Amino acid sequence: MKKAMKRLGALAAAAVMAVSTPVAVHAEEGYTYNYDWWGDVQYSPDAYRVAGVFTAKELGLDVELSSPEGLFVSGNMVYLCDTGNNRILELERKDQDSLEVVRIIDSFRGGTGSSTFSGPTDVAVTEDGYLFVADRNNGRILKLDMDLNYVLEFTKPVDATMDQTQSFLPRKISTDSAGRVYCVATNVNKGLIKYEADGRFSGFVGASKVIYNWTDYIWKKFATKEQREQLESFVPTEYDNLYTDSEGFLYVCTTNVAEAALDDGTAEPIRRLNMMGNDILVRNGEWYVIGDLYWGEGGGYEGPSLITDVTALDNDVYVGLDKVRGRLFVYDSQGRILFAFGGNGNMDGYFKQPAALDHMGRDLLVLDSLDRSITIFTPTRFGAMVYQAIEQFQEGDYEESGETWREVLALNGNYDLAYIGIGRTLLRQKEYHEAMEYFRLKWDYENYSKAFKQYRKEWVEEHILLVILVVFGVLCVPLGIGKLKAIKREIDTADIFMKQ
Amino acid sequence: MTPLKRKESFEHYIATLKYSLYCMTHPLDGFWDLTHEKRGSLAAANTILVLTLLARIMNLQFTGIVCQQVYWEGINIFLYLASVLFPFLLWCVGNWALTTLFDGKGTLKQVYMASCYAIAPYPLFQFPLIILSNVITVEEREFYLVLGSLSLAWCAVLMIAAMMEIHEYKVSKTILCTIGTIFAMLIMIFILLLFFSMISQGIAYFVSLYREIMFRM
Repeated sequence: MKKAMKRLGALAAAAVMAVSTPVAVHAEEGYTYNYDWWGDVQYSPDAYRVAGVFTAKELGLDVELSSPEGLFVSGNMVYLCDTGNNRILELERKDQDSLEVVRIIDSFRGGTGSSTFSGPTDVAVTEDGYLFVADRNNGRILKLDMDLNYVLEFTKPVDATMDQTQSFLPRKISTDSAGRVYCVATNVNKGLIKYEADGRFSGFVGASKVIYNWTDYIWKKFATKEQREQLESFVPTEYDNLYTDSEGFLYVCTTNVAEAALDDGTAEPIRRLNMMGNDILVRNGEWYVIGDLYWGEGGGYEGPSLITDVTALDNDVYVGLDKVRGRLFVYDSQGRILFAFGGNGNMDGYFKQPAALDHMGRDLLVLDSLDRSITIFTPTRFGAMVYQAIEQFQEGDYEESGETWREVLALNGNYDLAYIGIGRTLLRQKEYHEAMEYFRLKWDYENYSKAFKQYRKEWVEEHILLVILVVFGVLCVPLGIGKLKAIKREIDTADIFMKQ
Repeated sequence: MTPLKRKESFEHYIATLKYSLYCMTHPLDGFWDLTHEKRGSLAAANTILVLTLLARIMNLQFTGIVCQQVYWEGINIFLYLASVLFPFLLWCVGNWALTTLFDGKGTLKQVYMASCYAIAPYPLFQFPLIILSNVITVEEREFYLVLGSLSLAWCAVLMIAAMMEIHEYKVSKTILCTIGTIFAMLIMIFILLLFFSMISQGIAYFVSLYREIMFRM
């Protein structure tokens, strides 16, 4: 009793201490994190480190970059749209930590109109050596060869569904292997504008489904014309950016998302479109592919993550860039979050207004339009291990994958995917009981169930005699008891004893 | 107490505990005899309640991962037990308070005893279900879920039958009374919340008064 009182006293004292002394405890906060099965933030070792931050000074330019918006990587060449200065920079990454200017593209030869750019917002380079420029303020997409000779231009689609009075402002472009051009244009909400290789407009692709509230629908039926105009109109969302992945599918992202829709999983800020324009992004993760799950109002930022650019690595891992909190969200091909990192600020690895994202191998390049810089991230040992394990599993090297996941686990004991990865390898190796333990620890009950099914089968086969005995016992013991009781009763009531 | 008497009372306890099984299968007859023929005992009722609480804890700890995932960081064992005990006791008090106004024949003790006997299917089902949950896969989970809901439905039916027999009500009046009891429970929760917030404000007043005086001195 005394002990209990003492403990209670200690507890009360601790509580008082906790209330009265404001201690800033931020020990667990880190730069990199991910979400576990419960959706809790699990801080992790850094998956990426900053390899370099390049502004005009580092690049050796005499004019500062001016609100740059577009970024494209091809091989080890980086193309940067210096939008405010109406030029495109061709940069080369000669080694890990350097980025050098190769040439400054501010005009081209040939063509019918102006031979300079006006507010170029995006650039793309195809494998056969053509340069595509979204020349926004001139309302055209230019196709140039590598010697800057005019080849073709893609202009405003002449189509009944297009409002001809509005100016055409191509904002983001991407090309596919057949030379088709996909374009996101301001004020166009019918999806991506698709041009054939010969410059012909061939329609819109991937317009998002219109989701509306049925109460709003009924209300609209009864509202007057003036009221209807006041109401938000039900239109498909505009895309913000697009990226053609190595398989030729289009990753698109949109920042036009409602909080409620993100919460219930109906909003899809990142999509992967096939040729038909249907969303084929795999969403097998425990949580929606929406960036941050919790939108605290800390640091002056509120609301959900707004994914402003997306890129996909060759191992089907894709990355979304959140412009609200300056974070990068890395997902695997199943839609499970691998890591999230970044933030807003002035330090290396933090952003002011991230605008574009691309990758060079496994390195990530982020363009900050306010800080006027390119940040290059390169995977740390931890990040590289995770990628290696994923790639080994994709290639069918299950045992090596398991070994790599074990190394990941040694670096980060809170990494759910490592446990599940090891479990899956064990499952392949028919080590069912051990696999169960790994799945159980990280609540992966579906894989646990698969392992358990096999384990149960093995167990029953090994203990078949015991099983038969138990079943026999359960069936026969009550029967036997009944029989015995009947015999006893017969003896008790037998005539020869009753006579006495 | 003589040893013989103690043995008798122990046998009585076992018999009354066994009687809960009879109540489960013969609710109308069983709950009538429970109080009118004195075939139930408070000790047995308490045992059933304790077993229910035990089943709740064991359910938390030992149910297989396939059937239940527990967020351990969010579990407070006392709150968890209170989440069963508090509504149960509230039910007993609410039911008794309401039925005394509407010609109910049951006393608080009888209401409590019958309610305890009515929830007997829960522990009886739960213990085998915990074992079952550890030997099934995701595809077989439906069995677990169906049996679990079945035990709760059984408890509900028994509870209504118990109240009917204890208070000597008709079916329609029992159902009305059950709905009324739920409202009574809500009102009691409201008053309790009011009471606690008043008390805490009162304490805060005296604490701030004390601080102010100490500050001036």
